[in-house]
Amino acid sequence: MGDKIKINSEHIKELENEAIYVMREVAAQFENPVLLFSGGKDSIVLVHLARKAFWPARIPFRLLHIDTGHNFEETLKFRDELARELDVELLVHYVQDSIDKGRVVEEKGVNASRNKLQTVTLLDAIEEIKADVAIGGGRRDEEKARAKERFFSHRDEFGQWDPKNQRPELWNIFNGRKLMGEHFRVFPISNWTELDVWQYIRYENIKLPGLYYTHKRQVFKRDGLWLAWAPFMELKPTEEVITTDVRCRTIGDITCTGVTLSKADNLEDIIAEIAATRSAERGSRHDDKRSEAAMEERKREGYF
Amino acid sequence: MNEQVNHKEVIKRDPLSGNGRNKTLLRFTTAGSVDDGKSTLIGRLLYDSKSIFEDQMEHIIEAGKRRGKQEVDLSLLTDGLKAEREQGITIDVAYRYFATPKRKFIIADTPGHIQYTRNMVTGASTADLAVILVDARNGVLEQTIRHSYIARLLDIRHIIFCVNKMDLVDYSEDVFNKVKAGLDKLIAKLDIDNPSIIPISAKNGDNVVDRSENMSWYTGKPFLSQLETVEIIKDKDLENQRFPVQYIIRPQSDKYHDYRGYAGRIAGGNFKPGDEIVVLPSMLKSKIKSIDILDKSFEESKIGDSVTITLDDDIDISRGDMIVGAGNMPNIGQEVKMIICWFNERPLRERSKYVIRHTTSEARCIIQSIDSKLNVNTLEEDYEDKSIHMNDVARISVKTTRSLYYDDYKVNNTTGSVVIIDEATNETVAAGMIQAE
Repeated sequence: MGDKIKINSEHIKELENEAIYVMREVAAQFENPVLLFSGGKDSIVLVHLARKAFWPARIPFRLLHIDTGHNFEETLKFRDELARELDVELLVHYVQDSIDKGRVVEEKGVNASRNKLQTVTLLDAIEEIKADVAIGGGRRDEEKARAKERFFSHRDEFGQWDPKNQRPELWNIFNGRKLMGEHFRVFPISNWTELDVWQYIRYENIKLPGLYYTHKRQVFKRDGLWLAWAPFMELKPTEEVITTDVRCRTIGDITCTGVTLSKADNLEDIIAEIAATRSAERGSRHDDKRSEAAMEERKREGYF
Repeated sequence: MNEQVNHKEVIKRDPLSGNGRNKTLLRFTTAGSVDDGKSTLIGRLLYDSKSIFEDQMEHIIEAGKRRGKQEVDLSLLTDGLKAEREQGITIDVAYRYFATPKRKFIIADTPGHIQYTRNMVTGASTADLAVILVDARNGVLEQTIRHSYIARLLDIRHIIFCVNKMDLVDYSEDVFNKVKAGLDKLIAKLDIDNPSIIPISAKNGDNVVDRSENMSWYTGKPFLSQLETVEIIKDKDLENQRFPVQYIIRPQSDKYHDYRGYAGRIAGGNFKPGDEIVVLPSMLKSKIKSIDILDKSFEESKIGDSVTITLDDDIDISRGDMIVGAGNMPNIGQEVKMIICWFNERPLRERSKYVIRHTTSEARCIIQSIDSKLNVNTLEEDYEDKSIHMNDVARISVKTTRSLYYDDYKVNNTTGSVVIIDEATNETVAAGMIQAE
């Protein structure tokens, strides 16, 4: 497959150069960085970029996974293997612990999701491990509040984002200065689109969890979206679980990760599928459908 | 913001057919006032280039209905924050992405109102091209001058003036020519090299993606094909080798025990193994041994590449140092003149101290003098009024605690730019373009 496709794309190269530059700025400007790793393709690409940025040295970041407990098993296996291979420390913080401690209350009803609860676990983790920066795979093309994000995004001592009062970001000079207790979120692939990410994965031959490729899965349809079914999920009376060929377009908490009916089993077909698709990537994220400003509100509170 | 469009009339084209081919990246910024139709123009580009997904489209149709609008308002596509949607204005720089078979585009969409000059400066700092909207009914206004001046100040080499709302002047060639005459004067005054002036109607799509049937008198390219084909003359210095050291790579592993690499992004010229270089500030000479990136070594690397350089000799080098070609030294000094745009509510004061960031180095600085203030609407320079407030542009002289290794901004945008930071609040309070002798 690799021989057939010859990607010689200047724009992908430029995006890579930019992302590597940002990674190195993080290492230079902060003392205790963590890389937010979910096992999804964007965070896998981040890890790959970090390897490139610091080779032959080890990645100077610890990986942090906020585990909702509602994962695809394969993602966890992939995560553990990657951390071992890179010889970096993997920190896992559990939403379940936040629930047990009474820091958050589990949502109820058919649309219950732990996705929003992650914010509290994430902010607690950042405080506990004294991270002064968390690198994330957020992209500006994902969602309209994200379109306003900086590469270096300041968070106050409560972990909050103040989108109306952000630091201007000029050229490639990034201002990561902060006061005690504040932290930064850094988004090295801000300028990438979903298609750029997939082209880069093909270009660099990056290994992904099999969930991104076609596989048989039990799914059901809700509000026009196909969702993966798991035994703990409540169904509405009209909803029916069927088994069919699907692949994940994004991977996150099972309760809000949509799947696409697809038989694409290689990167070339996936790219063709994404290029032809007429719905947004986050359109398959059930959590964004909650309101027009759902993402902005979560981000203000300190979400990824 | 009240520009509306019947989306069914929009002609679609498939941008992804060239998927996988070599595409270049064009970064551009857009400027225009609240009612110039800027959001509508961007919405149309995104929509006509199929960068808007069906579910996003449904979303704005729904949102429009809730606000009692009959037709689809494309400007709703670009308002990111709740406050922006509520107030119908753009507050902050927003970044948009779209692609055609020829290019990938990154738009820095900036609000054009005077109190947002700082946002326009921010958007312009990374742009190769600026799009400036002019209302056909009004012609050149103060804001047109301001937007053009800022684009020039930030050294943007291409400007496209879109004379919008041609539908409201009956697509009249005479009206367009009058506006064009005003723009030509401005272009001459600001010494703009590669301007284009295109009559459009963002609302109806005339000359945006497809050639307008309503303006057969216009023989130039429609807006999108101009964006696709304009040759990008980046203000990149291809001659003078500049490598600001960002980070030191020392694996200290068994396999790479003695490896000592200097990580950074090439800011000028090309580097090859064997090149003779000088390290600043130590002035020590050496040769490039290898240029590495992830277990590959390169014969050559060019401006913009993020690489790791190793040298023949063991030299003490740290972040903020600069590796330059032997024989083409930058300016070195602690007293620097620059043009700044002030971003902060607290005004700039002579004799105040700030932190200054330049490439990968940081120093403290004192504002020695405010030399003049530029009126960005009239282009007059004021040597008396030295009160510099938010959005003001001024010439200043600073003295730094350690030497900077710099070039004139027009020679090298990377080694010629700085940001100024307030030590107490850590806010970025100014952007500066260095004026070397």
